[in-house]
Amino acid sequence: MAILEVHDLEVYYGVIRALKGISFEVNEGEIVTLIGANGAGKTTTMQSVVGLIPKKSGSVIFDGNDITKTPCHKIVHLGMTQVPEGRRIFQELSVYDNLLMGAYSMKDQSGFKNDLEAIYTRFPRLAERKNQIAGTLSGGEQQMLAMGRAIMSHPKLLMLDEPSMGLSPLLVDQVFEIIKDINKDGTTILLVEQNAGKSLAISDRAYVLENGSIVLSGTGSELASSEMVRKAYLGG
Amino acid sequence: MDFIITLVNGLSLGGIYAMIALGYTMVYGIAKMLNFAHGDIIMVGGYTILLFLPINPVLAIVAAIVFCVIVGIVIERFAYKPLRGSSPLAVLITAIGVSTLLQSLAQVLFGSAPKIKQINLGALQLGDLKIDYSTIITLVCSIIVMVVLNLFVKHTKTGRAMVAVSEDKGAAQLMGINVNHIIMVTFAIGSALAALAGLFYFLKVQTMTTTFGALPGIKAFTAAVIGGIGSIPGAMVGGLLLGIVECVCQSIPELSSYTDAIEFSILIVILLVKPTGILGKKRREKV
Repeated sequence: MAILEVHDLEVYYGVIRALKGISFEVNEGEIVTLIGANGAGKTTTMQSVVGLIPKKSGSVIFDGNDITKTPCHKIVHLGMTQVPEGRRIFQELSVYDNLLMGAYSMKDQSGFKNDLEAIYTRFPRLAERKNQIAGTLSGGEQQMLAMGRAIMSHPKLLMLDEPSMGLSPLLVDQVFEIIKDINKDGTTILLVEQNAGKSLAISDRAYVLENGSIVLSGTGSELASSEMVRKAYLGG
Repeated sequence: MDFIITLVNGLSLGGIYAMIALGYTMVYGIAKMLNFAHGDIIMVGGYTILLFLPINPVLAIVAAIVFCVIVGIVIERFAYKPLRGSSPLAVLITAIGVSTLLQSLAQVLFGSAPKIKQINLGALQLGDLKIDYSTIITLVCSIIVMVVLNLFVKHTKTGRAMVAVSEDKGAAQLMGINVNHIIMVTFAIGSALAALAGLFYFLKVQTMTTTFGALPGIKAFTAAVIGGIGSIPGAMVGGLLLGIVECVCQSIPELSSYTDAIEFSILIVILLVKPTGILGKKRREKV
């Protein structure tokens, strides 16, 4: 069953047509990846779906609700959140306060302590640094914090925009392991990545985005072996 | 002895400036705009107090706070919110327009003649020291206000959300934070502080005019910039510093007529030496 359905989504930046009417869907429990080159429209797709930038036309259905015109903060309350590109953790707040902000949309505050413990168990480094100002964390730690912050809101659908960007190869592997883990715990994942090889390997399905249009779709392994994807994105 | 009195007076005046500067700095930090109508909220608070004072002083203070909060929220909702995302210049001009509107409204309602009301709360006599109770009350209240505000920002969810919004609106929305709501709360807090500042400034000058808020407003804005606009501790430091400088200058006969010039010169010097202000941080521009 589709938890997210995007129909004919069009987004403009001024007169520039960044998304030319794309449609895709994400089924409950899946990991779905959007791959594509720089400027293909991946981040635009992510940000318009979650309501951070306005949509020109098309519709977005999430978990049975039409969220085409819903403001971002309300979408988050419905159970969708995003780890944005560049992490965008709150640099001036402590690690703990960042996680507190992650739980901002939770109506029931009684679960906060347990959720916090779960995050600290999953990311021991964050526990060690819980009172540290987040801006002083390393890039890898900031990525862990950004992911931890996002799952504090118990999303049904977690979107991650370039989570491996700027990380060392070892950390990249770790990030993909964590994404698989989060998915195993029952969270549906929509992933945007330039690291096509690693992301296709963990994806159930994937879409290829080029110049604001979806040009190819299939299962992760289908796309990984497709001639076109191999040439354009896998260096083969 | 005189020096101690000057210092207490300076801290007290600085407390008033700090309360106003907090309004400027919080609104700047969160809505990224300079609310030049903020000084006129002080005037609105002053007139409200004058209006209700004959009935009951406590009622007058409560009424001023409530009314200023309402006026602040209404201004934000109808003048600034529609301009969200438009050029900073448009917002700035609107703020100046709102300022003129409030002053003109006050003139229509209360006339242009100054209203004078003597309020004498007596003075504390400690040996040779004689300090007005109004000065002491101002000082104590402004300290309490600053401590409470600090606790609010550091230890409540809404306070943390305010810091989050000031840092990154988009990321804050992804947490489910309603940015418009946080901006409204910020205007409400700023206006409540302006109402209190109006009360204490009136105790000091005892004269009410439609431009009552202009001078403390511009001084407090200077204080906010000196301390680092956007920084809450900066507004407090800047306000207290400016208050002390003002009272020290006024206590020295040779300098007293240059008081304002000296205060604004400090602003120029600080901006030359540290453009971000004393406690201001250099922010990374985000794309």
